[in-house]
Amino acid sequence: MKTKIFASAMALAAAGVLFSGAAEARDQIKIAGSSTVLPYANIVAEAFGEAFSNFKTPIVESGGSSAGLKEFCKGTGEDTIDIANASRAIKDKEVEACKAAGVTEIEEIKIGYDGIVFASDVNGPSFAFTPAQWFAALGAQVLVDGKLVDNPNTKWSQVDAALPEWDIAAYIPGEKHGTREVFEEKVLIAGCEATGALKAMVDGGMDKKDAHKACAKVRKDGKAVDIDGDYTETLSRIDSNRTGIGVFGLAFYENNRDKLKVATMDGVTPSVETIAKGEYPVSRPLFFYVKKAHLDVIPGLREYVEFFISDDMTGPGSPTANYGLVPAPDAEREATRADFAAGKTL
Amino acid sequence: MTDAAMETAKPVATRPARTDFGLKKRYRVERRFRIYGVVAIALGLFFLVALISSIVLQGISAFRQANVEIDVLLDKAIIAPNGAVNTDALMTGNVFRYDDVIRNAFAAQLGIAKDDKGTARTAYNLVSKGARIQLRAMLAANPDLVGTRQKVSFLLDSNVDAFLKGHIDADIPESRRPIKDRDIAWIKQLEDSGALSMKFNTGLFTFGASSRPETAGVGVAVIGSLYMMAIVLALALPIGVAASIYLEEFAPQNRLTDLIEVNINNLAAVPSIVFGILGLAVFINFAGLPRSASLVGGLVLTLMTLPTIIIATRAALKGVPPSIREAALGVGASKMQAIFHHVLPLATPGILTGTIIGLAQALGETAPLLMIGMVAFVADYPVTPNDPATALPVQIYMWAGQAERAFVERTSAAIIILLAFLAIMNITAVFLRKRFERRW
Repeated sequence: MKTKIFASAMALAAAGVLFSGAAEARDQIKIAGSSTVLPYANIVAEAFGEAFSNFKTPIVESGGSSAGLKEFCKGTGEDTIDIANASRAIKDKEVEACKAAGVTEIEEIKIGYDGIVFASDVNGPSFAFTPAQWFAALGAQVLVDGKLVDNPNTKWSQVDAALPEWDIAAYIPGEKHGTREVFEEKVLIAGCEATGALKAMVDGGMDKKDAHKACAKVRKDGKAVDIDGDYTETLSRIDSNRTGIGVFGLAFYENNRDKLKVATMDGVTPSVETIAKGEYPVSRPLFFYVKKAHLDVIPGLREYVEFFISDDMTGPGSPTANYGLVPAPDAEREATRADFAAGKTL
Repeated sequence: MTDAAMETAKPVATRPARTDFGLKKRYRVERRFRIYGVVAIALGLFFLVALISSIVLQGISAFRQANVEIDVLLDKAIIAPNGAVNTDALMTGNVFRYDDVIRNAFAAQLGIAKDDKGTARTAYNLVSKGARIQLRAMLAANPDLVGTRQKVSFLLDSNVDAFLKGHIDADIPESRRPIKDRDIAWIKQLEDSGALSMKFNTGLFTFGASSRPETAGVGVAVIGSLYMMAIVLALALPIGVAASIYLEEFAPQNRLTDLIEVNINNLAAVPSIVFGILGLAVFINFAGLPRSASLVGGLVLTLMTLPTIIIATRAALKGVPPSIREAALGVGASKMQAIFHHVLPLATPGILTGTIIGLAQALGETAPLLMIGMVAFVADYPVTPNDPATALPVQIYMWAGQAERAFVERTSAAIIILLAFLAIMNITAVFLRKRFERRW
């Protein structure tokens, strides 16, 4: 008898939980997307919740740019997310998918730039890299004596006599990371072009697109290790292999300067200043996308976007810049604010 | 007769040698097997001790946090510029005005000249950025304090905390460490004046997610996990027990029930992410329940736990001797009465153990929660299971990926907290079994 009453009480409680307030209006901003943008979004969301005590702190989901944009393009309405963070610009295919689901008006907000740095163990020598060296070390096929062959280099010193006689061991972002795309475009393809391998491929009868693809191919013999986790994993790989070289985000390096030594690229040391000026070559813009249809429906959404693009949050000296975000130049930030105020959509 | 006796006597004399044949070898085999067993257990124990001690060694320091006591003059002109001193006025308006109050007091305490704003700003970086929120909440709760002078204990920045715990090496070049020489001098000064203290880190248990390590805690995650466990218990236990009683006691033995049984056993081994995908499709996209809510998390984990509970319950019911059933039926009990009055109470310890082990398994899951949006930054406490929340293992996963060094110790501390929860649940399971167990 007791068990029966207990069981039915439990069932009732469960049913009550299921139906309570399922149709409540949403009063909290929901954000999803890139794990690169996540720490900045967290900082702003937290500060937003503190500065605007009448709004709740937004919920920021992690999961990657593509997953975030997919969720974003599911439609409009309270049960869909308001903002997608992305470490790359939205693709035409995704805009189409959004349109098909009824998300016709998307506003693009550029929040700043992210630098990608190459770093090794702090007690090792300093490195001065060029994209050409990275391509020669990691490319699947490189140019040797004017001929394309499978990469024969096993030591950095073979790539360039100025580099130490270390076995090549590079920890690069895995293919699901947005960082990988930048690494391929700004380092491998740039290096491919610089070494003349790109020209050799085109001369050899490849069309330009295929040649770029071939340039971005990384050797598969274990010299280049894809890291599918986050930068903490790359750091632990370098901890265990002191002659390894890792690819990190600028923010991560800034927070771990006592363990890592950063390399220059084309003679430029990565820093917030050199990236902002466009001198350091390996950087990319970071974005978030917001649904215009949600702007005046979800409480606090307009204020949140305005707060995010204010100088207090993403200008020089702001908390996000202290963490490692590279603020966009003044004119660009002004333009972003003007575009948002005017309601410009994609 | 004598011949026969003689014939039998002969083998008797040789028998001991024969029975001894191979005995030593068999003893050797047994000894070897025992050694294998002891080695296996020792290896297991070694890895367990290594794992736990590495986590504890890394995480134990997170349970202490550096605080600084500042003698703050709660200047009415700064805090209430338009004169209104009430909770509403204190909570709204520019939050940075509280920083001004604390910064002035902190600079005065360190003996920094009043007009040296730059130095005061640098020094104030030693104090957590959460100080302004702490002061605002304190004044909003008690507006009468405005205008008075108060000794308030604030958290110190995570870098200072790490330095005091020895995680930051003062010997490496200044440019490569977050704590500069001037900061170290200030910290020394605070230490000498007795304002600085290491306290038990209650914030680790009460704060929600934060981008600042010193104000980050597992509070929201614990509440989220508790909500989910309550939902799993409320749904999976009655459904699981009802299903197993029917399958075990009432259902006819035919192809259909065999098929159901095979499927239940298979479901128990399905990777948990599959339940997450299912939850996304059914509960969020179809039923329209909110994303990131512990309600959906609880439902998904219920689906995941059900097979475990059903299998454990059926085993427990099978373990009750048929004589109990037959005796009950024999004295005139109906089938219902026999099951609910006699079989089920005897099977309870087994059912409870299975349920608690299922719950413990669900408590440690992250993969299905990723799909339903619970791997998220959630700063506010959830009021109902419908509000966004995270879970303990999710918080561990998110902290593990953070760049700041101070999150390393917090990750281990969160693992210790999760392990404590799991240990409590498993000890409860053992206790319940011991308490209600009956032997025949």
